[in-house]
Amino acid sequence: MKGIALLFSLVAFTGAVLAETPEEKGLAIAVEADKRDQGWSDQATVMKMILRNSQGAESMREIRGKTLEVKGDGDKSLTIFDTPRDIKGTAFLSFTHALKADEQWLYLPALKRVKRISSSNKSGPFMGSEFAYEDISSQEVEKYKYKFIKDGEVNGLAAFIIERYPQYKKSGYTKMVTWLDKKMYQPLKIEFYDRKKSLLKTLTQHGYKQYLNKYWRPARMEMVNHQTGKSTTLLWVSYKFKNGFKSRDFDRNSLKRAR
Amino acid sequence: MNKFLILALFVCSTTLWANEWSGNVALEYIQFSKDALSTSQFKQYGSVSVQPEWFHEWDGGKQSFIFVPFSRWDQHDEKRTHLDIRELSWLKVFAESELRVGIRKVFWGVTESQHLVDVINQTDLVESLDGEEKLGQPMINYALIQDWGTLDFFVLPYFRERTFPGIDGRLRTGLVVDTDNPLYESDDEEKHIDYALRWSHSLGDWDIGLSHFNGTSRDPLFIVAIDGGGNLVLRPVYNLMQQTGLDLQATKDAWLWKLEVINRRLQDDNYMAATGGFEYTFYGILESSSDVGLVMEYLYDDRGNSATTPFADDLMLGLRWTINDENDTNVLFGVIADRDDSSRLYSIEASRRIGESWKLNLEARLFKGLNDSANLLYSLRQDDFVKLELAYYF
Repeated sequence: MKGIALLFSLVAFTGAVLAETPEEKGLAIAVEADKRDQGWSDQATVMKMILRNSQGAESMREIRGKTLEVKGDGDKSLTIFDTPRDIKGTAFLSFTHALKADEQWLYLPALKRVKRISSSNKSGPFMGSEFAYEDISSQEVEKYKYKFIKDGEVNGLAAFIIERYPQYKKSGYTKMVTWLDKKMYQPLKIEFYDRKKSLLKTLTQHGYKQYLNKYWRPARMEMVNHQTGKSTTLLWVSYKFKNGFKSRDFDRNSLKRAR
Repeated sequence: MNKFLILALFVCSTTLWANEWSGNVALEYIQFSKDALSTSQFKQYGSVSVQPEWFHEWDGGKQSFIFVPFSRWDQHDEKRTHLDIRELSWLKVFAESELRVGIRKVFWGVTESQHLVDVINQTDLVESLDGEEKLGQPMINYALIQDWGTLDFFVLPYFRERTFPGIDGRLRTGLVVDTDNPLYESDDEEKHIDYALRWSHSLGDWDIGLSHFNGTSRDPLFIVAIDGGGNLVLRPVYNLMQQTGLDLQATKDAWLWKLEVINRRLQDDNYMAATGGFEYTFYGILESSSDVGLVMEYLYDDRGNSATTPFADDLMLGLRWTINDENDTNVLFGVIADRDDSSRLYSIEASRRIGESWKLNLEARLFKGLNDSANLLYSLRQDDFVKLELAYYF
C-alpha cells in the first residue's frame, strides 16, 4: 500500500518536472534548498574577515555573530566586532524581512549610543569589505525570481546553474548566477552582475561541513571584485547550533551589552 | 596558604571567567590660530590621555563587571589634567529585566547637533566643547523589558560637577569658573538623590523614548564672585529641576526624521526646547562605495535671547562623507548658524584608522561673527583651533 502510494507520488512528481518551465524549475530548486535549511533554530558563529586591496595588502577583522531563525520571516541577527580594536564592542542588530525593509540598529560603545540606521544601503560594503550588506543578509525565497539555466559543475561537484534576479529594492545587482551543489543544495559559486549588467564579483564557497546531520555550512568564502581587483576572505572559525537563543537576545537591550 | 590563594586566583582568572584588558592611549595636539584674549593662555597645547578597560564576565554571560578609568595630562591647563572613573559597574541579566549598579554612562536621544533629552551624565567639558564627553555617573538602573517596550528606572545618589578649563586653558569663559566653590539649591548639595524614568520602544519604522528626570540640573548657571585669592570668578549654581523629554525617530528608506523636545521646570524658570530635523543619505555616490549624508536640524528654545544656551533659534547643516574603505575613513562637516545674529560655528571632524591598531582623529572649529558681547559664545571669538589626535588601541 505504502509502496503504491510512493510510486504514485513519484509519477506525479516526474510529470510535474516534465511540464516545468526554466523559471518554475529554478523556483522549485530554491524552495527545496530553503526547506533543507530549515529548523536549525539558532546559531552562533565566529569568523575572521581578511580584506585585500589590489596591491595585495591585507587587513583583518574578527567578528562574532548570533542568528535566530524566524519562521515565515527573515532571521534576526546580532553581529559583534572584536577587531580592529578601535571598533571593539561595536554591535549591529538586524531584523531581516523578505521584501519589506530590514530593521537595523547600530551600537556605538564610545558614546553608549544605540542608533537606528537606514537599511537602504543594501549594495554598500559591509565593514569596507567586498561583501555587500545584501550578500550577508538572510536569504529568503521571496527575495528573488529564479531561472534554471542548465546542469554544470564546480571542481567536479555536480551543480544546478540558476540565475537569480533580486526583487527587493535598492539591490546593486541585476543578476546572480548561482552554482548550487546538487547534493547539499548549497551554493558553490555565485557570479554577481552589477546594475550595468557587467560581471562585478565572484564568490566561491569552500570546505562545506554538515552540522546536526542536516545543515551544510562552508568553512571559507572567497569574494573577488573583478572591477577593482580587491578581494575578501571570510574564514568561519566555528559554528554552534541550538544555543537556546530567544528573541530577548536580539533586542536593543542585548545590543548594548553585546561583548 | 598564600600560594594556594594566588593559584586559585590565577585559575579563576584564566579559566572560569572570561576577562580581558583593552583600551587606548592617545597623544593630542591643539593649535589655535589667533592670539589668546588672556596672557595666561597659549597657542599650542600638548596632551596625553589613557583609557584602559577591564571586563569580566561569568554566569554564562548573565553577569559582568566593567572598570574603565580615564586620565588626561595637559601641558598647560591644570584643570584639564584630570582623572575620572568612566565606568565601574556590575550587570545582572534576568529573563525580562536587567539590573546595573555602579558608575556608568547612559545616552538618550536621536539628534546630532545637541542632546537635549540626554540628562543623566554630567558633561566633561574640558574634554570636548561639543558636550559629547561625559563623566561617570553613580547609579542603580533597573530595566524592565516587556513587549510594550523597555522601562528604565534610575536612582542617582551622587551628583558630578561639570569640569571647566582653568586660567591657563582656552575655550573658556572670560572669567574662570571657580569649580572649588559650587552652589546648590538643594541643602543636600552633591548628595541629593536624583531619580529618572524612561520608556523606550520600537514600533516598525518608529523609535520612541519618553523620559522624566527629577533632581539637580547638570547645566549650571553662574554668578560673579570673588575667590579666596581676590580674583573675579564665576561660581557655578546647580539648581533642582524636573525635566520631561520626548525623543522620536522615523526611519523611512534613506531618510531619518528626528525630533527631541523637552520641558524643563526650575524654581523660577519653566521652558520648552526642541531639536528637529532630518538626515538623508545618498548611498554609493558616483558609482563609488562612498556615502554622503546631509543633516539639517533646527534648534529651538522658547526663552529666545534670555536662554541659558547659545542655541535658541539656530539652524544646523551637516555633511557626512563615509568612504567605506578598509580604514573606516569618514569626514563630518557642520555649521550652526544663529538666525538672530551673524554668528556661525563651523566644524570639521574626520577620522581614519592606520594599520590595525592606530587611529588618527582631526577636529577643527571656527567661530565666526561673534561680535555681540551678549552672545554666550562671545568669549570664544579668538579660539579657532585644529586638534589632531593619534590613538593606539590595545
